[in-house]
Amino acid sequence: MSGLAAGIRLAHFGKKVCIFERHNAPGGLNGFYSFSGRKYDVGLHALTNYVAPGVKGTPLGKLLRQLRIDRDEFALCPQKQSRIAFRDCALKFTNEFSVLDAEVTGKFPTQTAGWRALVQMVRTFDDVALDAPPRSAREVVGRHLTDPLLADMIFCPVMYYGSAQERDMDFAQFVIMFKALYLEGFARPLEGVRVILRVLLEKFRQAGGERRMQCGVAQIKEAQGRAAVLVLDNGEEVTAHQVISSVGFAETMNLCEPPQSHAAEANTGNLSFVETISIFQRQPAEWGWGDDTIIFFNDAERFEYAHAREQVDLRSGVICLPNNFDYAERNLTEGIFRVTCLANYDRWSQLPEEIYQADKKRWFPEIVRSAQRFLPKVAPGVLTQAELATDMFTPRTIKKFTGHLNGAIYGSPRKIRDGRTHLANLYLCGTDQGFLGIVGAMLSGISMANYHVLQASTRG
Amino acid sequence: MTKEDCQKLVIDIISDIAPDEDLSAIKPEIRLRDQLQLDSMDFLDIVMELRKRHGIEVPEADYSHLASLESCAEYLTPKFPTKA
Repeated sequence: MSGLAAGIRLAHFGKKVCIFERHNAPGGLNGFYSFSGRKYDVGLHALTNYVAPGVKGTPLGKLLRQLRIDRDEFALCPQKQSRIAFRDCALKFTNEFSVLDAEVTGKFPTQTAGWRALVQMVRTFDDVALDAPPRSAREVVGRHLTDPLLADMIFCPVMYYGSAQERDMDFAQFVIMFKALYLEGFARPLEGVRVILRVLLEKFRQAGGERRMQCGVAQIKEAQGRAAVLVLDNGEEVTAHQVISSVGFAETMNLCEPPQSHAAEANTGNLSFVETISIFQRQPAEWGWGDDTIIFFNDAERFEYAHAREQVDLRSGVICLPNNFDYAERNLTEGIFRVTCLANYDRWSQLPEEIYQADKKRWFPEIVRSAQRFLPKVAPGVLTQAELATDMFTPRTIKKFTGHLNGAIYGSPRKIRDGRTHLANLYLCGTDQGFLGIVGAMLSGISMANYHVLQASTRG
Repeated sequence: MTKEDCQKLVIDIISDIAPDEDLSAIKPEIRLRDQLQLDSMDFLDIVMELRKRHGIEVPEADYSHLASLESCAEYLTPKFPTKA
């Protein structure tokens, strides 16, 4: 998706652009797939950064302007409400920040001053600077929120929706996510991520961009410090003045010839996830699950966002009920219930096929049960009676379909904000450049195209 | 090309890159940034659209000349080819 956004910008201004995509479907980590006649979004729980029409100066507005997209084209429907649900405490939040503010100050009155100071700091922080030195978000937030429970609760969604780092994150990343989730909000097109992809593909086509599907880049050959030749999967060789890679930092380094395996190894992510997807023939609202759009849950003493020791870490996770966006009079025809938990790549990747399938079957109900602890009680049998289909992805699925090493959806722990690599004309965009989520992915492609190609062309 | 024509061309560009802005009452002598919500990405787009539509180059060092409609016209008008 970041590559498409970069491509639209460049093609619009007359550059000759070709996008190489290994898969038969576009979108990468923000794509979709078909399985048994149904279409499933890969990554989209919700589009973050949602602001109401007319609100200016936020990432959503910027990307719509930059890509010449009318916001109605995305047909975004806002969330109803979401929750951060811990063992003994829950915080509700919506697309109105005042709701979360009231929850925090009402349930943690002693933290009010610190909370407000933190919010003020987030609001005024320059999070898009491409050269900010890294700072520990835990340290900065901890100075403002002295109650560890509140700090953990605020970190839980922020980490789950975009941190590639264990236990902590760069404060600039924290700010981006805090704004995207709490100060802005969640939305979704009724038909999911493919609505957004359709708009992008059409813009790219209209601007004169070219796409080659099922045609990955196998190698980037270096000469004189530049990316001189791209070797494609089919052996064909192409050249370009500039190359923007959206496959990830370590993954890009591994494509280089001569190889950059040390650089790759030193900055490879290891946070991966499993997700269960249940499809029902009825709306979840019918059994009382009609209020919450997203629930971030944790029942451990302290919230631990880290590489799972077992195959799946059941202590925390994210529930998404896509039926609970405000689609006006409409809704999805089927009920959907998704649960995401941290998972261990090695413990999934090394299994023989038979055991892998058996383990998926074994973990599925465990994950669903763990999530149900944070949802209204349902009479036994209700879910199984309504169930039409299920699917589940594991770290192994992520690696197979996205190429991300270790199944690390959020990529490398250290982000390359300026997108530069060791080669003068090779740049990164997408998750490893460090703008997060669907809106972040698009803005990343836009920023890198602007900075390294368009603006550079006026530098003389 | 008069300075008024030139201002009009710039307004046309801004209305395409920022369709959500009200351009009906822009004051030519006041900085665009002070009247409209435009950021550095939008100013880059003004530069890029000038090149795409009119073949006019604005080097990065000269971006500051695009601050207001008046300064735009002052700077850009001589760059348009004069009619024979």
